[in-house]
Amino acid sequence: MAVTTSTPPDTQGPAAPPEPRRQKRSAANVWLGVIAWVVGIAFFFPVFWMVLTSFKQETDAYTTTPKIIFEPTLEQYEGVFSAGVGPYLANSLIATVFSTLLVLLLGIPAAFAVSLRPVKKTQDVLFFFISTKMLPVVAVIVPIYVVVNQIGMLDNIWTLVVLYTGMNLPIAVWMMRSFFLEVPGELLEQASIDGAPLWRTLREIVLPIISPGIFATALICVIFAWNEFFFAVNLTAANAGTMPVFLVGFITSEGLYWAQLSAAATLAALPVILAGWVAQNKLVQGLSFGAVK
Amino acid sequence: MAEVVFDQASRIYTPGAKPAVDSLDLTVADGDLVVLVGPSGSGKSTALRMLAGLEPIDAGSVRIDGRDVVDVPSKDRDIAMVFQNYALYPSKTVAENMAFPLKMRGMGKEERAQRVRQAAEMLGLTDFLDRKPKALSGGQRQRVAMGRAIVREPQVFLMDEPLSNLDAKMRVQTRAQIAEMQNRLAVSTVYVTHDQVEAMTMGDKVAVLADGKLQQYATPPELYDRPINSFVAGFIGSPAMNLLDLPRSSSGVTLGGIEIPLPREVSDAAGSRDRLTVGIRPEDWVLESTGSDAGSVVKAVVDVVEELGSESYLYAHLAEDTSTSIVVRGPGRVQVRFGDPIAVRPNPDALHVFDAETGQRLP
Repeated sequence: MAVTTSTPPDTQGPAAPPEPRRQKRSAANVWLGVIAWVVGIAFFFPVFWMVLTSFKQETDAYTTTPKIIFEPTLEQYEGVFSAGVGPYLANSLIATVFSTLLVLLLGIPAAFAVSLRPVKKTQDVLFFFISTKMLPVVAVIVPIYVVVNQIGMLDNIWTLVVLYTGMNLPIAVWMMRSFFLEVPGELLEQASIDGAPLWRTLREIVLPIISPGIFATALICVIFAWNEFFFAVNLTAANAGTMPVFLVGFITSEGLYWAQLSAAATLAALPVILAGWVAQNKLVQGLSFGAVK
Repeated sequence: MAEVVFDQASRIYTPGAKPAVDSLDLTVADGDLVVLVGPSGSGKSTALRMLAGLEPIDAGSVRIDGRDVVDVPSKDRDIAMVFQNYALYPSKTVAENMAFPLKMRGMGKEERAQRVRQAAEMLGLTDFLDRKPKALSGGQRQRVAMGRAIVREPQVFLMDEPLSNLDAKMRVQTRAQIAEMQNRLAVSTVYVTHDQVEAMTMGDKVAVLADGKLQQYATPPELYDRPINSFVAGFIGSPAMNLLDLPRSSSGVTLGGIEIPLPREVSDAAGSRDRLTVGIRPEDWVLESTGSDAGSVVKAVVDVVEELGSESYLYAHLAEDTSTSIVVRGPGRVQVRFGDPIAVRPNPDALHVFDAETGQRLP
């Protein structure tokens, strides 16, 4: 998913004669604009192609000179739905929503503690959090599989909820820590003089300030959980499979069904794209938190 | 209403290191406004934060109205604080900000609203009660912070450089407002600033701190007229007092080739010291005609002239000893320019004499 923005060069200046320097700058702006568009299109094109293909017949999808003009059809989407996408969508939804809620529930107090109430070993704790992301998942999949198998939780969606929570928690704590650090210390001191208990300080004073940051963090957790494939494919089968697992089902031994795969992929990507699009402003606000004061 | 006492109170950040506040002894009389002033790192803010309960008190004690508050959390000390950046809650309106401490103490909605209304009227904030802090000017924010302190009706107000974020004009205006309000409410107030003008104009008494130690605690005129050491002498007053390290002569000290006699009690106190630090305020120089006798005046050459309208300040170096600079107050319309020679004579009755080694006032 790529969001491109290009600012048009400011040509609406006052009626003063244009200075050479401004001309130079606007020429540079045009070039930067062109580059931005090219990069943006390069990122966006595969997505566009996927959506386009999802409306084609299989035969149209295979032509060697790609067809841009064709008769659109919803046949592939019907195919995807009749292949039973429903439970997979539901599983993805459960895994994403519950793991994100858990991450926020555990991560907000953790981030608060490591940023605003640091102790001697806080740095070590932070390093421990991030160190869990340094190990490749492949390296631990066997022990995880064995454990999950032993406790009889294979092919159970709550296994994924737990794993996704663990997977996203360190990133969330680190992200939210940087937002918490932006909260002026005097505000907390004022709250303590005013006699506000900790949870009230957090809820009424700190959280409203950093809500864009929390929102951005939540969205990133949603995206990661929604897109996660490796755990899902190894630990689930018919019952607890998620959308990425469902997608793989279209790559069969008889060959690729490009159009149908595209339709399924579009469906899988749609929620994340929609969420990102709706939340664009908040996301930018959250990720650039503190940069613009 | 309460008396505040610092009793040998110390704050030591790292064990073994120099204390940030070193055995502070200070009594704020009931209803007084006491200013803690000093350069950065002097411990003035730390002292205030110890009183607020935001810093632990590592040794000694702090008492509010006779009660030892060392182990009392901030919220139970019955204090209200105004921070330098006001610390307004950004998500709350002005009214909610002001009512918050009352709400936290379980006060009923009606009474909260009434107190907020009263304070808002007093501070001219009635029209802004529904605004968020973001939509206020610096001066208005400052007043909201004051209002939030007032509604609590605390025993002590604590103010940590509350004017430093305002522009010069606003600062002078608000300075007077705070002093007036404090007089009216008669609530003991501890006010921290690095600005000695604020200290001198607002304080009933002023405590000068340096390096974590209390240097002098006195009324503003006392501080100005009898600084206890050369640090206070140099810190209070603007432009600063001229502090000159001068050799003794038979009856006084020698400056720029002339002899300045010292009063008897000063000479006696100086004993056998062969050098003394002599402080002369800019207004305690007498400008003489440049044609005066060489033996009776100090000759100097002007480097900078600051004309303030009602008066002027001449920054000059001595003709005989170019490494020694002095500041002399002159009349509003002064005819000298850069490079001009001047002749000055110190007023012998207004000398401040300090030990050159320890900086202590003599006698």
